[in-house]
Amino acid sequence: MVHIENQPLVIIDKGQLVEKAEQMSKEGFRLVAITCAAKDNFELTYSFDKEYKLNNIRVVLPKENPIVPSITKPYFAAFTYENELQDLFGIKVTDLALDFKGTFYKLSVKTPFAPQTQGPVK
Amino acid sequence: MAQMSIAKVILRSVLSRPATRLYPVEKRAFYKNTRGSISIDIAKCIFCSICQKKCPTDAIVVKKDEKSWEINRLRCITCNACVDACPKKCLNMENMYSPGVVKKGADDKFTQEAKPKEENPQ
Amino acid sequence: MATRTIIPFGPQHPVLPEPIHLDLVLEDERVVEAIPSIGFIHRGLEKLVEKKDFFEMTYVAERICGICSFIHGQSYCQAIEGVMKVDVPDRALYLRTIWGEMSRIHSHLLWLGLFADAFGFESLFMHSWRVREKLLDIIEETTGGRVIFGSCKIGGVRRDIDALGLKRVETELRTIEKQSFELTEVFKKDGSVKRRTVDVGMLSKEEAVSLGAVGPMLRASGVSSDSRKLGYAAYANLNWEPVVETAGDCYARCMVRCRELYQSFDLIYQAIAKIPEGPFDVKVTGNPTGEYFARVEQPRGEVIYYVKGNGSKNLERFRVRTPTFANVPPLVKTLAGCELADVPVIVLTIDPCISCTER
Repeated sequence: MVHIENQPLVIIDKGQLVEKAEQMSKEGFRLVAITCAAKDNFELTYSFDKEYKLNNIRVVLPKENPIVPSITKPYFAAFTYENELQDLFGIKVTDLALDFKGTFYKLSVKTPFAPQTQGPVK
Repeated sequence: MAQMSIAKVILRSVLSRPATRLYPVEKRAFYKNTRGSISIDIAKCIFCSICQKKCPTDAIVVKKDEKSWEINRLRCITCNACVDACPKKCLNMENMYSPGVVKKGADDKFTQEAKPKEENPQ
Repeated sequence: MATRTIIPFGPQHPVLPEPIHLDLVLEDERVVEAIPSIGFIHRGLEKLVEKKDFFEMTYVAERICGICSFIHGQSYCQAIEGVMKVDVPDRALYLRTIWGEMSRIHSHLLWLGLFADAFGFESLFMHSWRVREKLLDIIEETTGGRVIFGSCKIGGVRRDIDALGLKRVETELRTIEKQSFELTEVFKKDGSVKRRTVDVGMLSKEEAVSLGAVGPMLRASGVSSDSRKLGYAAYANLNWEPVVETAGDCYARCMVRCRELYQSFDLIYQAIAKIPEGPFDVKVTGNPTGEYFARVEQPRGEVIYYVKGNGSKNLERFRVRTPTFANVPPLVKTLAGCELADVPVIVLTIDPCISCTER
């Protein structure tokens, strides 16, 4: 029998993101990953883990002018993921503790994963 | 003594024969399962092009009107997908790697000759 | 007043297996801070889902990295099986465990060699890789390829190992275990190894958790967390506990990996004894709809595979978060305050696999 986990997902507004992250940090969760899916809008999924149970929080951003607050205050390790969001997707993250301003990834094409550059690769 | 804990390993490697092989004087024997290169029994092929559809790198080109089957050795990743998919089982995975080439574009092409009408011996 | 100089480390450096760039800010031989920068080997593999259907993405997922390639393929198959709710037969789960642990042994032996090279002990590097060659021969005999196994597929595995093959694997592994025991004794006891690694790159328990460290970095600081305890593949039926050390320096991380080497040998012997008979794959029809996070333990730590399907043959989103990416903040933290000569040793203790980090 293969093992399939139950992974609860909660969708919240981006204004509640920072206080929800601080509450998770007080309860002892560790940050696992920040994932972004970009098609008609941006879906950011923040994954937290405690004692082998995964909890997901989702924030949905509109396609034009996507801005999201940073969670580096409770979780300093988020700076790598948020710099990647800026470099690959073009999402603007405010209050970053360590902001590379687009130079974290050395790329030849700016924001390759953003929706306007989507479509089958040649 | 803490400094000489590697003495046993060094002594053994000094007194025994070297671990390397004197290639090209002594060549290595490949195993039966080694994925080396693809070969075809062209007499059995029916040119259905299933291998061309399954190939992930588009290395196989099948032309039904010319009765030819061509493979680009530099693109083939020896993944075995074509061998598994062939309905007539005329593709085989040899355990010798294909020889090196000095310029691109030298693909291996196999053509089926027209068979004379004959009775199959019993 | 000490002057500050900036020294670029990488992307080409004799000690690095793959290109990463660090700008080291120095004050008279002591590193004050390190600024990482990646992107030299970014191939955009996540965007290939728009072109290749989800069956062919197994080949792409295996080729993300050359050192941990089988476990990447296994994680991708587990993610798709989680979305489509496929029931994989037991024999396939045990075979995946055996190949996964062989992959872990080969990765740790490779790391031991590179680590010895980082502080200049080249003959130990050569001996570690000589032992690893025998293991690659077994892998080639059972799967067909030395580094890219090509044996995992959605719904099971692609080829079987019969009982005779398993017996041969066990006898060969006992010889390899004896030889690698002699090597790890050198790492444990040799005076020059200890002088370069003890009390270098300290990471305390609270820092490791808050900075998001994974894998041996986390376990060497006293936190017992191993994703194999989730119970995927056959790990729920085998008898083992995560390997933990408490010192938090480079020597502790080296010891965690050496002890995990013995644990992998033991897990393979247990799996070979318990493997059931039966089919080794199951036919999969239909297209994936929905999303799932698959979490698997690679040799370097915990890897997350996120797949999202919308009912067509091409996936909508495929995302890999590899352990080296999560270990970059602890690297930046441990580099602050160390000597310049310790920088290669600390960069190698996180086991950098940059081609995984940037896919």
